[in-house]
Amino acid sequence: MAKHHIETTVNGDAVEFLCETEDTLLDVLRDTLNMTGSKEGCASGDCGACSVTLDGRLVCSCLVLGCEVGGHRIETIEGMAKGEALHPLQKKFLEHAALQCGICTPGFLVASRALLERNPNPSDTEIRYWLAGNLCRCTGYDKIVSAVKDAAVAMRSGHNG
Amino acid sequence: MRYEAPETVEQATALLAGTSEARVLAGGTDLLVQMRADVVDPSLIVDIKRIAETRAVTEDNGGWRIGAAVTGAELKEHAALKKAWPGVVEAANLIGSTQVQGRATLGGNLCNGSPAADSVPALIAAGGVAVLVGPQGRRELPVEDVMLGPRKLALGKGEFVVSFRLPPRPPRSSDAYLRFIPRTEMDIAVVGAGVSLTVDAGGTITAARVSLGAVAPRVLLVREAAQAIVGSRLERGAQDRLEAAARAACAPIDDKRGTIEFRIQVAGVLTRRAALIALDRARTN
Repeated sequence: MAKHHIETTVNGDAVEFLCETEDTLLDVLRDTLNMTGSKEGCASGDCGACSVTLDGRLVCSCLVLGCEVGGHRIETIEGMAKGEALHPLQKKFLEHAALQCGICTPGFLVASRALLERNPNPSDTEIRYWLAGNLCRCTGYDKIVSAVKDAAVAMRSGHNG
Repeated sequence: MRYEAPETVEQATALLAGTSEARVLAGGTDLLVQMRADVVDPSLIVDIKRIAETRAVTEDNGGWRIGAAVTGAELKEHAALKKAWPGVVEAANLIGSTQVQGRATLGGNLCNGSPAADSVPALIAAGGVAVLVGPQGRRELPVEDVMLGPRKLALGKGEFVVSFRLPPRPPRSSDAYLRFIPRTEMDIAVVGAGVSLTVDAGGTITAARVSLGAVAPRVLLVREAAQAIVGSRLERGAQDRLEAAARAACAPIDDKRGTIEFRIQVAGVLTRRAALIALDRARTN
C-alpha cells in the first residue's frame, strides 16, 4: 500500500517524509532524513541511545512510529549545537571525558537537556534517576553525572560553559 | 500494515471490529517492542491518541476521569490528581524510564495483559472503572474484571478502553502502591501491592481495598485482606491479619525473578507497608 506522507517539525525546520507503517521515528530520522546522530542501541526502549523530544517530552524514537508524528515537534541531537557553538552540556561532556565510544552520548545529551529544562539544579540522585533509561557500557556514569552537574552550574550562571 | 488515527470512538471501533488482526496503539511501549520481536504482526494499527477523551484528565462528578492514553509523565505533573490518588500516580510512574514515562499509558498497561503491570493493582485498589467503547456502544467494567489471564482481556471484538473513572474521595482517604524489584529502577514487579483506605475522625479504618500484582495469573482484588483491616486502626494484630490474608490469596509462579515462597512472603510485607503508607496519608488528608 501507499506510503504515509508526513509533515512535521524537526529542530525547528518544517520537514516532510514518506514512511511505511512499521518504520519507527528512529528509522525515519536515520535512514530517510539522514540525521544519524540518534543511535539504535537496543530498538526496544531499554538503552536510550535514540532519545529525542516529542512536543518537549523525552521519548525513545525507536518506540514511536514515523506515521505518528505528523503535526508534532521533534528535537534531536542535531539541533543541540548552534552552528559551531556547542551546547554547555556538550562542552562539559568533553571537559569531563564523559564518553568513550560515544554511541550512548547523543541520548545522554538529549535526555540531560530535557532534565535541565525542567530542573536547573538537580541533585546527583535526581540526575541518576532521570538518566536511568540511558545506558553506557564503556565508561560508567560518574563522569556523566559530574558533567551534567557542571553544565547546570554554567547554565544557571548564564555562561555557555 | 495499515495505520489509522481516528478522531472519534465510533471510527475507532468500526476499524477495530472490521479487521481480524487489529491492534490498539496508545503509547506503544509494549506494542512496538512486540512487533519488533515478531510476537505480534497486526494488519492494522489503530492509534487512539487523536480521540480527545483518551488524552484528558478531568474532574468528574467529584471523582476523576483519566484518558486511556494519558502518559505517566503527564499524570506526574497533575498536582490535583496526585493529591487525590497518590498511589495510582506513583504506580504509573514506576513503569520504565523517563523516556518510557513520556509515552506509557494506563490503558496500555492494563490492556497489555501482564499480571505484573504496576498501575493495575493501584487502579483496582482505587476502585477504578474502565470505560469501554465498542460496536454496541459504551459500557463500564471494574478494572479487576478487565483482565482474565496473561494476555487475555474481557474485551469484545472492536472494543477498547477509552478512559478510566476513579470514584469520589471521602475525607481522610488515601492510597499507596509498592512493588518489589531486585534493583532500584527499571524492572518488572516481582510482587506489587496497592492499598486504598478511608479512616474516620478517630483514625479507625472504615473502608479499604487491597490489590496484589504478579502473584497470580491476573491482578487480584483481595477482599479478605481489606476485611482484615476495616474496623481497625491498623494495630499490630490487624497488620498480622492483613499480611496473612494477602499471603493466602497468592498463587504465584516460580520464575527467574522470584520463587513461589519468596513472592508469597513479600506480598504480605508489601501489603502491610502499603497499608501503613496509605493510612499515614489518609490521616493528613
